Amino acid sequence: MVEVRRSISLFDVHDETLCGWGRTAPTRASVWEPRTLDGVSERLSRTSARGVIARGLGRSYGDAAQNAGGLVARMTRLDGIAALDEEAGLVTCEAGVSLDSLIRALVPMGWFPTVVPGTAYVTVGGAIASDVHGKYRHGSFCDAVTRMRVWTPARGIVTCSAEEDPDVFWATAGGMGLTGVVVDATLRLHRVQSALMRVDTERTSNLDGCMERMLGTDDRYRYSVAWIDCLASGKHLGRSVLTRGDHATLDDLAPHVRSRALTLPDGLRLSSPQWAPSGLLNPVTVRAFNEVWYRKAPRDERDRLQPLTGFFHPLDGVGGWNRIYGSRGFLQYQYLVPYGAENVVRTTLERLSAARCASFLAVLKRFEHANAGHLSFPAPGWTLALDIPVGRSGLGDLLDGIDRLVVDAGGRIYLTKDARTSPDLISEMYPRLDAWRAVRNALDPAAVLHSDLDRRLHLADTRLERTPR
Amino acid sequence: MKDALGSPQSVLVLGGGSDIALATVRLFAARRTRTVVLAARDPGSLDTAATGIRAAGATTVEAVKFDATAFATHDRFVDDVWDRFGDFDLVLIAFGVLGDQTRCETDSAAAIEVIQTNFTGAASVAIPVAHRMLAQGHGTVVALSSIAAERARRSNFVYGSSKAGMDQFFQGLGDMLHGRGVHVMVVRPGFVRTKMTAGMQAAPFSTTPEAVADAIARGLERGKEKIWVPEPVRFIATVMHHIPRPLYRKLPL
Repeated sequence: MVEVRRSISLFDVHDETLCGWGRTAPTRASVWEPRTLDGVSERLSRTSARGVIARGLGRSYGDAAQNAGGLVARMTRLDGIAALDEEAGLVTCEAGVSLDSLIRALVPMGWFPTVVPGTAYVTVGGAIASDVHGKYRHGSFCDAVTRMRVWTPARGIVTCSAEEDPDVFWATAGGMGLTGVVVDATLRLHRVQSALMRVDTERTSNLDGCMERMLGTDDRYRYSVAWIDCLASGKHLGRSVLTRGDHATLDDLAPHVRSRALTLPDGLRLSSPQWAPSGLLNPVTVRAFNEVWYRKAPRDERDRLQPLTGFFHPLDGVGGWNRIYGSRGFLQYQYLVPYGAENVVRTTLERLSAARCASFLAVLKRFEHANAGHLSFPAPGWTLALDIPVGRSGLGDLLDGIDRLVVDAGGRIYLTKDARTSPDLISEMYPRLDAWRAVRNALDPAAVLHSDLDRRLHLADTRLERTPR
Repeated sequence: MKDALGSPQSVLVLGGGSDIALATVRLFAARRTRTVVLAARDPGSLDTAATGIRAAGATTVEAVKFDATAFATHDRFVDDVWDRFGDFDLVLIAFGVLGDQTRCETDSAAAIEVIQTNFTGAASVAIPVAHRMLAQGHGTVVALSSIAAERARRSNFVYGSSKAGMDQFFQGLGDMLHGRGVHVMVVRPGFVRTKMTAGMQAAPFSTTPEAVADAIARGLERGKEKIWVPEPVRFIATVMHHIPRPLYRKLPL
């Protein structure tokens, strides 16, 4: 019989059942929380056969930061912000620092991260491993990383950038933690004059209108995003609320508040109930919410001033909002399709609407840029993200069908959000997978880096048997 | 690794000849399951079954020898299959015998065989399986119980009591493993038309192996710990439970 207690039974680890933000498929692992950079190399080089993966604040929706039966290195105590180079607009910080802490430290000094995702509760290391993106169309997180240090099983700590060891850099950017453990990074910042956003909001009555507005006038804004009512159908299919904006300049502010322009308000923090029934978000409640949300949005409003956090991270104001989906949890389904494949977005909305599949948060964004990350998600095109509660029958087949459309259109699923796609499709979605595997195999020849996501999608596995369709 | 919708990628079936188990793995293979190991007393008889599972989408299908009543071999058996095939996301405990009630009432050897297969055998193999799953940090055990486990009936109390023991054992095992990454689901079908029940008169709400398979997949998707198939037999079971003994023993059940 197998010994249940892990070989790693040192005092510095404890067992924990971990899941992603979607709260599906929890697994058990030994968790280690490094407090200083010193011990990281030494500790990570002696793991059990089930390996190790780094974890930050657990905001990946699926199983990316889980390692069943193995070791999980929770990096959140390595949260030092080392240096701000005001001259060059660069900040160097440890991998476990959250974007929330960074924003709170940097904004009063007139700086903001170049790219922020939809929540500030992610770590810098996690943001690199997922190459996260946000409402900014011209790049993703790693485009603004000028240098990072990564612990790798074969080479120990490697310093890399787009110029120095670019293969290691770009395999780690979006590499889901499977090339190494990011220990610190230097980020290029964006100059801001205030902690406020100047925001334009408009409603569009259907998907075509929304896409047309985004393509036509997005270039006036640094940031843009559309919320879509995915239960609307017929001529209202894809009706949406388009929110676009820029950092407010001093000139945008009333003279008497200019002296306080860079002050961040303390976020009013609400909390979700500890428990909610699994069926709370159903087609009826979501339809009602969507109706109100759509109607409450101004038809066309210009130049409203809004705090940064409300614009970038609206859900961060509600602690543990993932709990409202109940114990069954939820999926976040996010894909990218290139320009020209708008039909895939339309078909998705038609199928969801016809299946009365209630997505509470449906968000459409655009990208105009792809970086050199082998497994990086963004590329020129449209990206649709949907939150879908688990539990309705036929959901797996519905999403498998949409996956197929996405792949046929030359698109891909976002690995950081994924919890259910088929391993058979990954090499079609990520055509540079083999190049990534070559870099990974050189950095981790003994396969020490493991995650549940990797076990499920066989990212690192070159021997995967392909099944004919 | 199982996905967010409870679909496993690798499955070990104990009782690989079971019609319900085969229908279930065919359904899984049409989704994400690629590795299926069928364990049975006579693995040579499973060629057709294996072909069907491959046709449904699995890439590795193997039949191995497993004897439910050879308790002493169970630890070794579990070690062997895990060493050969790696993690199992799901183990389906599907073996069982109906037995001949009339014979069981007079021949204790016949009764012991039913009880040792259905109850002792299931418990004996479930313990090493549970420990393998704890070590791998994840996994699902699906135990095929029966509506007969609800309350032993005069007409087949030997089978019923063996299933009752097994059913309770897996509920307890589920509680033991709760919160440790391993999930146990107990399945209580009503009358299922299979080779085990061939020739018997179908009870009301009788169902098919395919319907049970579908219910298992749906139960896993929703993280259920206990399911009845079809759903309404749950209410029949509740009624059965509350019928007074003097009446219950006379019912033609």
